[in-house]
Amino acid sequence: MPEMSDPGPALEFENVGLRRGDIDVLDSVTGIVPGHEVTAIAGPSGVGKTSLLRLCNRLDVPDRGRILYRGRDVAEIDPLELRRRIGMVFQTPRLLPETVRDNLVLASLGAGQAALEDALARVGLAPDLLDRPYDRLSGGEAQRVCLARTLITEPDVLLADEPTSALDPTPRLAFERLTRSLVEDGLTIVWVTHDLEQMRRLADHVLVLIGGRARYEGPPEGLDDRSDLADFMKGEPDAGS
Amino acid sequence: MPGADVSFFGLGASLVLVAVGVGLSLWQRLGLETRILWASARAIVQLLLVGFALALVLDPDIPLVWSWLWIVGMVLFAADVVRRRVAGEVQGIMPLALLAYLASAAVTLGSLFGLGIFPLEGRTLVPLAGMMVGNSMNATVLAARRVVEELRDKAAEVEIRLALGLSYRQAARPYLSSALRTALIPQVETTKAVGLVFLPGAMTGLILAGVDPLDAVLVQAVIMFMVLGAAATTTTVIGLGMLDHLFTRDHRLLPIPPATSA
Repeated sequence: MPEMSDPGPALEFENVGLRRGDIDVLDSVTGIVPGHEVTAIAGPSGVGKTSLLRLCNRLDVPDRGRILYRGRDVAEIDPLELRRRIGMVFQTPRLLPETVRDNLVLASLGAGQAALEDALARVGLAPDLLDRPYDRLSGGEAQRVCLARTLITEPDVLLADEPTSALDPTPRLAFERLTRSLVEDGLTIVWVTHDLEQMRRLADHVLVLIGGRARYEGPPEGLDDRSDLADFMKGEPDAGS
Repeated sequence: MPGADVSFFGLGASLVLVAVGVGLSLWQRLGLETRILWASARAIVQLLLVGFALALVLDPDIPLVWSWLWIVGMVLFAADVVRRRVAGEVQGIMPLALLAYLASAAVTLGSLFGLGIFPLEGRTLVPLAGMMVGNSMNATVLAARRVVEELRDKAAEVEIRLALGLSYRQAARPYLSSALRTALIPQVETTKAVGLVFLPGAMTGLILAGVDPLDAVLVQAVIMFMVLGAAATTTTVIGLGMLDHLFTRDHRLLPIPPATSA
């Protein structure tokens, strides 16, 4: 899959640092997100995974270092343009009032009926959901609509911040398969997770963050040889933090 | 004229009502006696000072520029009150508060005098500006605080909108509208209930001073509309301006500190 097309990484982290008060949330994180693959940013809770994700679409800015998108410093790209190239799905499936249609139109003003139905079809939802009130959806449906809302902006990269953590096992696996299939359409995915099983199911490339530092980068299989990350690999919730 | 002239004896006699407040505070152990006395004393002194100063400024032989200076002072004071009452949430909004009142003064005084509703003289300018500033202060503070609260409580929703590529003004729009509605509705309700539920100050004052009630009503109606226009202007300016304090120019929502008990 890495050889598919488009040389060069979609995103590059260069000595990225982020401070909050006296704490280094991120400390000289360096790594890449290869294009047209799923990269998992993995690590225990509270190690800066979400913080790193939020720097990619400039919801936050780093204190040190820089992030490159397709070779360009994101700080030099118009943030509104950047956010349409790098879409984001959040941890909690949160829809806005009033209907599913309103949510999609918010992201793509002037989208016609066909485009809206296509957007739902792309995430495996029926068109009759368009006029469903935003608070009358299951968790799995809501997260799919959130994904459709992001995909309708035609992003190049999708940032997914533990998008299945609020879902039950069945919709969780379905959502994983759905997202994984988007790579075939050329999307690059950055998926934050603290779930090692999920990381193995999804990722082509892994960046392990522990205590705000990148402790491993490479294919998921390579983690098995890293005895120093054994605690993390055993799924210890507080490993390294 | 059968107007009610309150003498200094009358003023002294009215202190019996302050004594009622103090007595009730003592009886119910509210501990407010000193504060009530202090507030009442301040009120007398402030009003007397204002009265003397107004008599000077409003003297028909004094140039109108003194009335305008008076208004500048009021606007500065009001802007500072707004700044202080919002300082717990957002710092440095003095220029914004000033801008809000200047806009409001331009709209309301411009209409009242530009359309010839009142003659432009110190006797009309200072009291009208005073009503405009004083009556829109609460709505202004409320608007500023509600914008902060809305964006703090709905930060997740705002960031979803930002992440979709919306500008910060677009992302904040529903929350700004909600804040402005909350700030303006009390004024709209007051306007609706006027005359039925309460008799407003200007009209009461005019009637007590012996003016024909119908004439007093006309003045009061104009003042109510002025206050409404003033509140709408100050809240909108302050609401839109607050966005520039709560977002960065590159469309990020800044962290908002949790609510402080002000």
